[in-house]
Amino acid sequence: MKIATITKDAWPNAMEKLSKACRLYGPVKKEQFHSFEVLDNGQIPDFNFQNTRISPKFLVQPQSEIMFQCTFDQNREDHHILKEIPKSDSPRTVIGIRPCDADAFLLVKRNFNSQKYKDPFWMGAYESLTLVGLACHQPCTTCFCTSAGSGPFSETGLDILMVDDGDRYLAKIITSKGEDIAAAAGWTEAPEERGLLEKIGEMKEASEKKITTSVATEHLKNKSTIPLYEAAFWEDVSFSCINCGTCTYVCPTCWCFDIQDECFGLTGIRMRNWDSCMYPLFTLHGSGHNPRGTKLHRVRQRFMHKLKYYVDKYNNGIQCVGCGRCISQCPVNIDIRRVCELMNASETP
Amino acid sequence: MTEYTEKIREISKKLLIDKSVDLIIGFRKGTVPMMNEPCFIKHPDEVGRLVWDSHCGINLANYLPNRKERIGILAKGCDSRNIAIHIVENKIKRNQIKIIGIPCRGMLDKRKIASSVSGEIVEAVEDKATVKVSGNGFSTSFDKQEMLQENCKVCKHRNPVIYDELVAEPVPEQQDVDPYEDVRRIEGLSDSEKRKFFEDLISECIRCYACRNACPLCYCPTCFVDESRPQWVGKSIEPTDTLTFHFLRAYHCAGRCTDCGACERACPVGIRVRQFTKKLNKDCFDLYGWEAGLTIDERPPLDTYRPQDPNDFIK
Repeated sequence: MKIATITKDAWPNAMEKLSKACRLYGPVKKEQFHSFEVLDNGQIPDFNFQNTRISPKFLVQPQSEIMFQCTFDQNREDHHILKEIPKSDSPRTVIGIRPCDADAFLLVKRNFNSQKYKDPFWMGAYESLTLVGLACHQPCTTCFCTSAGSGPFSETGLDILMVDDGDRYLAKIITSKGEDIAAAAGWTEAPEERGLLEKIGEMKEASEKKITTSVATEHLKNKSTIPLYEAAFWEDVSFSCINCGTCTYVCPTCWCFDIQDECFGLTGIRMRNWDSCMYPLFTLHGSGHNPRGTKLHRVRQRFMHKLKYYVDKYNNGIQCVGCGRCISQCPVNIDIRRVCELMNASETP
Repeated sequence: MTEYTEKIREISKKLLIDKSVDLIIGFRKGTVPMMNEPCFIKHPDEVGRLVWDSHCGINLANYLPNRKERIGILAKGCDSRNIAIHIVENKIKRNQIKIIGIPCRGMLDKRKIASSVSGEIVEAVEDKATVKVSGNGFSTSFDKQEMLQENCKVCKHRNPVIYDELVAEPVPEQQDVDPYEDVRRIEGLSDSEKRKFFEDLISECIRCYACRNACPLCYCPTCFVDESRPQWVGKSIEPTDTLTFHFLRAYHCAGRCTDCGACERACPVGIRVRQFTKKLNKDCFDLYGWEAGLTIDERPPLDTYRPQDPNDFIK
């Protein structure tokens, strides 16, 4: 394990070097909120944030992504034939991604890169990324990453983990991709590596202690699905829901999409857009029947997917990294921690 | 307004015990600071869960349409106006509901408060005139009047317009407020400047439809953006489609919007959605002397015709 030290004085210079080596993304404050944006040459990411408003999942799965295109011009030999749009998967580096959000990419990858299906669009975009994480020293009160399989200093899915150490950053270089980026930025290994690892360990422990909330998940796997599905509490849980898609859109682990065709003049495109299980259209059949016709059905689906079906299918914990965005941004205060508690502690067999 | 809580519980208990309603729709204490969650109470023993403070901005009228039970519902001025609209539009029957009226002093804008401090707010405590927020290494008090939601600042109907019970004496209505100062500014722009204004306004929109779904007026069985046969509006975040959604939604609310602020409250990316609806509120007022939801005896202006209706737009 290599650790580099980067003084904050040298930080702008490193950003400048990196922006020459690859496309750079980082947190930027736009009006009220932080979000991940392309950093212009020499632009310094703003690390004065806890969590971005929208998760960085759009870097791999854009809200709207054109996949194919075709022409309707009958004079062209290839008319009406959908053709894949060439993608630029040139290297991109994300500076300052939170460990939970990086973890989320690996979680979502289980869906887009399974034994049976490989999603070339998702995988192409994912593989172009190098993730330089920023450890959390001040987690939000809505964070519960440590009980969702992640943590404020989690290294899962990261190529480099940076830790703020006063007037410098300590950068733990985790993968070979991380080494390449460190070399391009001019970050060199610190001589006193041993003491630094311990120091990071201490800061990690201190930060984890600041996470005050958790979810208990140990009984979810052993519960029978049908009684949990039929549990009485769903009426209470779903009452306040207004079926907006905020929770699913801000979530780093919600991956559902919808495919749409659009045409304009002689050009047609096939794209995919984020979709949400909160929407009535999500499961509307061509016949007009909707198996999830009420909001209770839809709210239950979101939580059952994240906290039961995913758990059963992948045997790898819950489909959630505990970033807390859905809690802090839900317009009616539906709290996944409360729902998880109800499910885990339910008296159903 | 926290002193309302006891009275709300008392009235709710009475209504449940004498079986004049099947359930009460109100708020329970939220799990995060400055938030409460809409909830229903069916048993008199559970009324202790009901709370009231300056973070009850969600418009509860949104939970009424098409319900079959007999309902007791808490209603601020704006909620009561939306209930009146539901009654006029046959979404709920007047004799099916007991309105527990709440004289309102305005709801707090949690985003504004959050952006006025550096650091996450862990606790918010309010008294009559101030709200004190604290977090890691800070503790600040704000004058509540300064931190009201934008719509509450210009509200002229703080007291419920229809009710069966009232939790306290009516509060004085705000005088000398100018609700349309911003609309007049936009009206003064050139066509291209207006276009730019609205394009900038929605530039952050993620089409999650939280504004629509938080709005009590948006109860259509299928919203026009969700129609698929035919599909009227594209589903991507193409600005033309996004603008179409916002403009059409606003027009659907013309003469019906009570400026309750639910849309802005719900928007996860902070879009000032009321900039769309307020112009139509102003037009309805200027042209027809109409404010939505003040009566259950009259249909909204775009729903009726009078020979003397202004027709200056016909050139």
